[in-house]
Amino acid sequence: MQKRVIFRSRSLPYLLVLPQIAVTLVFFFWPSYQALESSFFIEDAFGFSREWVGLRNYRDLFADPGYLRSFRTTLVFGLSVTALALGTSLGLAVAANRVLRAAQSYRTLLIWPYAVAPALAGVIWYFLMNPSMGIVAYWLKGLGVEWNHYVNGNQALILVVVAAAWKQISYNFLFFLAGLQSIPKSLIEAAAIDRAGPIRRFWTITMPLLSPTTFFLLVVNLVYAFFDTFALIHATTNGGPADATSVLVFRVYNTGFIGQDYGSSAAQSVVLMALVIGMTFIQFRYVERKVTY
Amino acid sequence: MVENRPILNILTHAVLILGVLFLCFPVWMALVASTHGAEALSRAPIPLWFGGQGWDNYTQLLSAGLPAAGGVPIGMMMMNSLIMALVITFGKIAISIISAYAIVYFRFPFRMGFFWMIFLTLMLPVEVRILPTFDVVTRLGMLNTYAGLTIPLIASATATFLFRQFFLTIPDELVEAARIDRAGPVRFFIDILLPMSRTNIAALFIILFIYGWNQYLWPLLVTTEEGLYTVVMGIQRMVNSGEALPVWHFVMGTAILGMIPPVVVVVAMQKLFVKGLVESEK
Repeated sequence: MQKRVIFRSRSLPYLLVLPQIAVTLVFFFWPSYQALESSFFIEDAFGFSREWVGLRNYRDLFADPGYLRSFRTTLVFGLSVTALALGTSLGLAVAANRVLRAAQSYRTLLIWPYAVAPALAGVIWYFLMNPSMGIVAYWLKGLGVEWNHYVNGNQALILVVVAAAWKQISYNFLFFLAGLQSIPKSLIEAAAIDRAGPIRRFWTITMPLLSPTTFFLLVVNLVYAFFDTFALIHATTNGGPADATSVLVFRVYNTGFIGQDYGSSAAQSVVLMALVIGMTFIQFRYVERKVTY
Repeated sequence: MVENRPILNILTHAVLILGVLFLCFPVWMALVASTHGAEALSRAPIPLWFGGQGWDNYTQLLSAGLPAAGGVPIGMMMMNSLIMALVITFGKIAISIISAYAIVYFRFPFRMGFFWMIFLTLMLPVEVRILPTFDVVTRLGMLNTYAGLTIPLIASATATFLFRQFFLTIPDELVEAARIDRAGPVRFFIDILLPMSRTNIAALFIILFIYGWNQYLWPLLVTTEEGLYTVVMGIQRMVNSGEALPVWHFVMGTAILGMIPPVVVVVAMQKLFVKGLVESEK
């Protein structure tokens, strides 16, 4: 935790942490405190007056069917993105771990989407699935599926799920591959000598030894789906049609900037902060456990 | 590989090729679409191979932009993106490395307090405190400035942790040797610690550059002047430009232009990128 040999100086360490702490205080703690504070007030749209209302913003929030639906949408969205991104990337990583030839080329071809901004990924899939001329929508029509995410809420949700998962596969792939490569070859060989086939080996050796990586990725993917996909949704479906893709982070933005309901937006921020803190806590608890493992 | 199973080998390559196709196909289509005119993209099925208008489309995008979306040249947006990404990247690295240095190599009151304060910022992403942060930036008069675009994003718990972790692995003998040679803390930092951190800085640079370049929500909030638009955020104006239908060949051209710099960085510096990604998340 700390060096045995250190430097002595009265003011230098403070000077060194000052920039970071200043930015943190002004742009992290102050706004977060304000969110907490204004979640207990109702403010008129022009900011002239405000009134202490206690927990009313929260009560209104959880009594609002739209908000509860948004909770459900977020959950469905997050779980679908996570399942799709984790499943696909695990399959790819297992395959990439097996090949000897062209392994490097495959890796290069599989990791670059990490660099694509979620907003751009969303816009491209929006184009591919455009009901009137998108190529994927055209193929789906050939299969008998009438695709129109402008009116069909479920299809709009599928669209953003696919785009969000598409972008996340590279990230998961890299971590799964690193996890697979750290599994001792001797274990797999020993199992093979005992006549365990590839499928059996995968379920009894690879998966259990991969479980720390899988759990880590599970949390990271959920955090990604819950908080980093605002751009994707805002640039494409804009929460619609009829709020079908309005996830929680999108709603905070919408209530605050479009609806100008500051109290409610602040209360939503506080709920989200509690959610992030909970998830970060789970993640770090698990990391602690892995250290003593 | 443990044993030779031809069927499994074929299956392995089939899975990988399918994966590559799934990941590359959307960008392929975007690239193809950006070389056609509006006519070719007006009805299904759209062409799967390049058209002849690529040069015209890209020169118009880079120099003049789209009239319907404010007519900001994409070249200018990319310049803004580059400035924003570089300032965020260098700012994060600079303030993180010095604060990690203070926390590891000095003992002072509130040391752990500061450490936890930096740690807590991990839990407060911009997305969850949009409105109050916007409020603070407005009060400080930082709307529509490069400072407002970058400084609020410059604190970094991840980078601080990474440097702290790395400093802890550096043997104490180095500090002792430096002190015997009468080097002070500033000297030690500049002459010994900084050169030793080169690889870590490079790896972190890639991750943070992508982070900075891909920012969306923050530029959307703090810039209302078109001259400050960034490309990742600006594309949204072309997709949802009011009543008019999106001009897809231009939108796709913009998407391609907007992804080139970060993708090139990742592909060209793959080893460092993987190192940076795996280490900064631990």
